[in-house]
Amino acid sequence: MAEIDDPSVVLQLRDVRKVFGPVVALAHGSLTLETGSIHALLGENGAGKSTLVKIVAGVYHRDAGEVLLDGDVVDFRSTAESKDAGIAVIYQEPTLFPDLSVTENLFMGRQPLTSLRRVDHARMRAEAVALFDRLGVPIDPDRLAMGLSIADQQVIEIAKAISLDAKVLIMDEPTAALSGHEVERLFTIARQLRDEGRALVFISHRLDEVFSLCDTITVMRDGEYISTGRTADLTPAEVVRLMVGREISELFPKTEGLPVGDVMLEVEGLTLPGSFHDVSFQVRAGEIVGLAGLVGAGRSEVARAVFGVDRYSAGTVRFRGETMPVGDTSASIAAGMAFVPEDRRRQGLIVEMGLARNLTLVLRRTLERFGLITTTREYTTATEWAKRLQVKSGDLDSKAGTMSGGNQQKSVIAKWLATDPTLLIIDEPTRGIDVGTKSEVHRLLDELAGRGIAVLMISSELPEVLGMSDRVLVMREGEITARLDRAEATQEAVMMAATRHEAVA
Amino acid sequence: MSAATATRVPSRSFGTRVADLLKRRETSVVIAIVVVVALATSVNRSFAFGSDGFRNLLLTPSLLVVLSVAQAIVLISKNVDLSVSAVLGLTAYATGDMFTLWPSLPIPVVVVLAIAFGSVLGAINGLLVSVARVPALVITLGTLYIYRGMGIAWVGSGHINPSDVPNSFERLGVASVFGIPILTLVALAVVIVVAYVMGSTRSGRELYAIGSDEDAADLYGLRVRRRVFFAFLSSGTLAGLAGVMYAARYVMVDSQAGAGLELQAVAGAVVGGVAIAGGSGTVLGAALGAVLLTTIARALPIVGVPDFWQQAVVGVLIIAAIVLDKVLAIRNVRRLAAERERQLEGVA
Repeated sequence: MAEIDDPSVVLQLRDVRKVFGPVVALAHGSLTLETGSIHALLGENGAGKSTLVKIVAGVYHRDAGEVLLDGDVVDFRSTAESKDAGIAVIYQEPTLFPDLSVTENLFMGRQPLTSLRRVDHARMRAEAVALFDRLGVPIDPDRLAMGLSIADQQVIEIAKAISLDAKVLIMDEPTAALSGHEVERLFTIARQLRDEGRALVFISHRLDEVFSLCDTITVMRDGEYISTGRTADLTPAEVVRLMVGREISELFPKTEGLPVGDVMLEVEGLTLPGSFHDVSFQVRAGEIVGLAGLVGAGRSEVARAVFGVDRYSAGTVRFRGETMPVGDTSASIAAGMAFVPEDRRRQGLIVEMGLARNLTLVLRRTLERFGLITTTREYTTATEWAKRLQVKSGDLDSKAGTMSGGNQQKSVIAKWLATDPTLLIIDEPTRGIDVGTKSEVHRLLDELAGRGIAVLMISSELPEVLGMSDRVLVMREGEITARLDRAEATQEAVMMAATRHEAVA
Repeated sequence: MSAATATRVPSRSFGTRVADLLKRRETSVVIAIVVVVALATSVNRSFAFGSDGFRNLLLTPSLLVVLSVAQAIVLISKNVDLSVSAVLGLTAYATGDMFTLWPSLPIPVVVVLAIAFGSVLGAINGLLVSVARVPALVITLGTLYIYRGMGIAWVGSGHINPSDVPNSFERLGVASVFGIPILTLVALAVVIVVAYVMGSTRSGRELYAIGSDEDAADLYGLRVRRRVFFAFLSSGTLAGLAGVMYAARYVMVDSQAGAGLELQAVAGAVVGGVAIAGGSGTVLGAALGAVLLTTIARALPIVGVPDFWQQAVVGVLIIAAIVLDKVLAIRNVRRLAAERERQLEGVA
């Protein structure tokens, strides 16, 4: 492991901390980058990788700790400062100007000027051509950035970094949207840059790629630095163990051994190009099925397609034996499905409306008489449900947006339970909810399953998935890579299936 | 793919340059202007060839050209400045008022002061939009009413009369150099200078970038607020200049001078290919759009189109321009997607 005064160390982070309100995004971030090497930064969702990258990039300002560049303490206040210091970041979603030409995108903000402070278009274009030649990619420098593939956009970001002569190049999940040969092209370029003596950081969830490309691996977990080691000294299994490492200490109010009923939901060969492919599974009455995987694996997309929010191009969704129409949420609700979306503020509640109105929103049909809904009827129903779920809100008129995250989530669940569903699809049931309310939500889910409701739960929190589910399905890049029973589902098994192809059991 | 197999990108040939030129919005607007002028002239020869005809052909659009160019700067940065007409009204009246208050003041000083007044009004817009971060549509709609209200408070029912301004200033509005009206030359100079700034300086190119994707501009380290502030400052300054031009051309200035011009300025820019969504379009296009609009407005009565339809024609033109943009954009995206598919197949 390189020491601080080692001349090959170009960038070092020591105990860097970043807090957003009450949330500690990064507790102790540490990273040591050496020139001429490709360094993998690994960790689960929410391990603090992106926060760390954004601190290095100057997007966020650290609350504590030190960042050293070439041995000197640096303090970036803006992206421009980090860029000037020779640090280039390529984000998962490249940030280009769609209306401008490729050449202009490369040089925006630092265009070469002639003596009259005129932008030197000819020189810019010549440099762009030279850059693409060097990278071996045939991109037309005159075309607009609009409509470029993600792979080409990333190549432009890399070209930008090279023309800046960046010492440090950070790539945040660059391969997530790339096809096989595009990944190869990217790796060829990355190795070429490493051999020129630059330091590269590669963030990826694909362990096979990490092991084929990177020299060093740093693992993070829950905002903490865990360990750094040479790739040659590590195995994928060890890395996964380091990534999940924690003990499941929280207790889950899971009633085990309940009888499982008939198949309620049956999904077969569900496909939407670019989102998910050939997804098949069943959910039975009284069963909680956990859908695990990394962010972007296509879990929410599947849920949305099943419920009819989005369309799908192939496959069938059968609910209680009936084939459901594609993209028809009204039919889904009428048949007895309920869907609690991931982003409850935007998709689950109307934050400007009072609690009572929110609770009765999906009941409009049953509450209305001669096309009118009376406030009294609304309130009778709302009060009953708010009480049953112990939603704490001073007044049924208080705006939903003013409630705590936990109460909002319970309200969304209450809203759907009032429709008396037989299937509940719930996406990230406890995201952003405090610990106390979390277990209330968990108890609620357990109770629902006990009453014979089929529950499909999407969660990025491994303990929650393992603690609450009767069965666990793991998705990776749009496909189901593992189906595990409660007994088989360990953190390692789920993480393996979420990150590697070979893990398919 | 290795460096050896990479195809070299050829430099742009003469042929592709000509093809590009034909595809440009500016070309189609010029063609439209020629058609309109030809039609009107075929009905009434004096439209283009009469003693006043030719002069008016050049003179009438000059005011709107300046305003559309001002609007283009702001639109390209994905903002809008609706207050330009009120700024024009205020500066036009200020120009006349300065002549009556201080008759000894030289004309150039009055002109500079009036334009500077426009800059101040533009700077207020710029500060409100870039610092307070309120959408420009709301801010400038507010300042449109405020500035117009200030004008009414100041001018009341009074107005500037031809007798209030020096004869030499009045002559500026109608005089020509080598047969080209001075105001047209001023507008032409504005187009050239602004086109240069927007096309070939960092500040101009950065405005395009900001309009194209403001978040990306932030990540690039561009000074977004500052650039947006200067866009509004420039817009106000040019509206101030337009106010002076208005005073010189019409001499009669009351509190409603220029009312409604703000939307014509937007229309001119949009017809000329400046996207409301920001990031695209050119200064030349905006100027040509303004010329087209004013020329159509003058030609329609001559061709015998009734009043009601004259307004509607302008509306149809605006919608047609936007629909055309949309259709072209969709076609372009499809073409690029198809190209990409072919490339992928070629590799596989």
